[in-house]
Amino acid sequence: MLDGQIDVAPVAQAFERLRDRFPESVLDASYAGRELAVRVRREDIIPVLRFLKHEAGFNSLTDVVGIDNLKSLPTGRAGDAPASRGAAGAAPSLPAGRTVEATAALPVSQKGETTAASEPPKRFSILYQLYRFPEACRIRISVDLAEAEPVDSVVPVYRAADWAEREIFDMFGIDFTGHPDLRRIYLPDEFEGFPLRKDFPLEGKTGGV
Amino acid sequence: MTESGERHPFLLAKLDELISWSQKNSLWPFGSGLACCAIEMIATAAAKYDISRFGMELFRASPRQADVFIVAGTVTNKMAPVVRRLWEQMPDPKWVVAMGNCAVSGGPFPTYAVLQGVDKIIPVDVYIAGCPPTPQGLLHGLITLQNQIARSHPTLEIFDRDARRTD
Amino acid sequence: MASKAFKEIDLNMGPQHPSTHGVLRLKVSIDNEVVLHVEPVLGYLHRGMEKLWESQTYHQIIPLTDRLDYLASLSNNLGYCLTVEKLAGIEVPKRAQYIRVILAELQRLASHLAWIGFMANDVGAMTVLLYGFEARESFLDIFETYAGGRLTIHGMRLGGVPFDLDETVIGMIRKVLETTPKWIADIEGLLTDNRIWRHRTEGIGIIPQSDALENGLTGPCLRAAGMAWDLRRDLPYSSYEDFDFDIPVRTASDVLDRYFVRMEEMRQSLRIVRQALDRLPAGEHIAKVPRTLRIPPGEIYHSIEAPKGELGFFIRSNGTDKPERVKMRSPSFINLMSLEQMCKGNLFSDIVGVLGSLDIVLGEIDK
Repeated sequence: MLDGQIDVAPVAQAFERLRDRFPESVLDASYAGRELAVRVRREDIIPVLRFLKHEAGFNSLTDVVGIDNLKSLPTGRAGDAPASRGAAGAAPSLPAGRTVEATAALPVSQKGETTAASEPPKRFSILYQLYRFPEACRIRISVDLAEAEPVDSVVPVYRAADWAEREIFDMFGIDFTGHPDLRRIYLPDEFEGFPLRKDFPLEGKTGGV
Repeated sequence: MTESGERHPFLLAKLDELISWSQKNSLWPFGSGLACCAIEMIATAAAKYDISRFGMELFRASPRQADVFIVAGTVTNKMAPVVRRLWEQMPDPKWVVAMGNCAVSGGPFPTYAVLQGVDKIIPVDVYIAGCPPTPQGLLHGLITLQNQIARSHPTLEIFDRDARRTD
Repeated sequence: MASKAFKEIDLNMGPQHPSTHGVLRLKVSIDNEVVLHVEPVLGYLHRGMEKLWESQTYHQIIPLTDRLDYLASLSNNLGYCLTVEKLAGIEVPKRAQYIRVILAELQRLASHLAWIGFMANDVGAMTVLLYGFEARESFLDIFETYAGGRLTIHGMRLGGVPFDLDETVIGMIRKVLETTPKWIADIEGLLTDNRIWRHRTEGIGIIPQSDALENGLTGPCLRAAGMAWDLRRDLPYSSYEDFDFDIPVRTASDVLDRYFVRMEEMRQSLRIVRQALDRLPAGEHIAKVPRTLRIPPGEIYHSIEAPKGELGFFIRSNGTDKPERVKMRSPSFINLMSLEQMCKGNLFSDIVGVLGSLDIVLGEIDK
């Protein structure tokens, strides 16, 4: 997938090696605007990040982002999947004027039914933004989680994920297995609810702190 | 004569004027700098806008030593009990200035985490709008407070602890 | 009789405290003044910005970003606008890019002047607070004349900047380029060779380079730890590649080095502004961007070198004029994670100096 499309050499090499090393884990990938976004299996996040850090040279974790896909989940029909695909974390949009060549090379077609697209889209996505210094390249790894599904904490690999994961726990209620100190970071401990979920109202629920 | 029309004894009125004059010209702010407005508050205390012309350069770090609580910034729901406790620690007579839109009414944040106005937890004497108010705005608010204090009757407290200090 | 139980004392600093740079609470555990643990407790300024942004249009979010790092609001505007423009494929005219560079560097100067004022005040040098704020006033006057705001400026728009630089503003900028070096020299004269300043900053708050990188530290603190990391040079944005500037790097990674790095950055910012002003190209100051900007589904991450460190925005769009998700990568939030390591083993009174050298802003940390 994406052969010859990635024009930043260290990123292209890293992706090659990632695909070879973890053929089952890499679900799909896309490249646009000098950004490579790779979706991997939830269970394999630690080995993938460990590989990227120690063998592919991505020595810095910039950020961990949590997203609630509730509004882009299909309303029940399998045929709705293509519209949600774009929002479910795989393909960055291309700046105006660029063609869609990158996605044509993907085994996972935007419109087709393949293994990845036939899975139901999941409620949450966690994105790990990595950076390689001094070559100055970025890569973004994402995993999808269903409601109440936990994900391994990547703090053993990148210590910088510590508070970012706590923030996602605070705002979304996602459990990070193995996090050294998983508790709320912004809101008081007794606060009920997870504000950044799409079904939590902006003004809050009465009865909160 | 007070503004409500009651006759106030002459000597007490003069004493009122003296006490309120000395209070308004030596207000010691308790700078509770919560957010962006705090920076403008500090700029007001700095050399260009010079709050010390009004006798207010002595920002106290402890509420026990302060007269006027300038609530500068957003009061979140998590910070609200702290603000209330700080206000309770201030000795009488005390005044409160709500500086900035967040302290006045929640500002641009109608969210689950923000208290929509500090007057929900403590009584406010002067509201200063602005996001943030310029130093001139803050000074105008503080001068308004000084004028409010000038019209007040501190001696009433001697006879009636529950009397409101201003008309 | 002192019992063994008295050896370790837990102290609470904040959330209301003159030196915590905002409403930060620190739970500190000390052994006879030597710090054992420092645990920051956050959230006292959590305003729910990211949730609020999901119900605002892309244009409406810009003034809300001002309130994040409120000491450098133009940097927040720049980071956000660049991210949206990258996602939507908006081309910013060259003149607008140069004006953005000028505004961003002036903002960096204003931010660093406020930083040195606060840090020196915390350590006890109150004169520097007044000097810093007086020097800062000339910058705030420029911002007020240009865009109408001193602190929360909203000085950038999607596609460029709101106004062109007219003669008055250019004159004010040139004046400030003349007068600021003297302010910087005065402040350095008060601090650099000052025995008390040295004593309170040298060898304090050290973090080894590998730990700094591992903890995600960015900005002047990382440059003081020996890494020449500057996004303006490594991943240039908004025409930064057109300008010559040096990146100050020190190696001792203590509070004193962070001070040196920021003071030198101020000089380099003046250099960049001078170059940008001299070579300001003709052209438009803003691209045509529709008022209702609908961005097709996609996602992007983009970051800039803000005065505090790497300020990034991750945006996912969903085809409407409001974003699906906006996440801000806050430099102060990640930098604060290193506080404990920097303070361990130092004295309790050094916490204030280290916190000052980290240059945190609670608006950015708590969002």
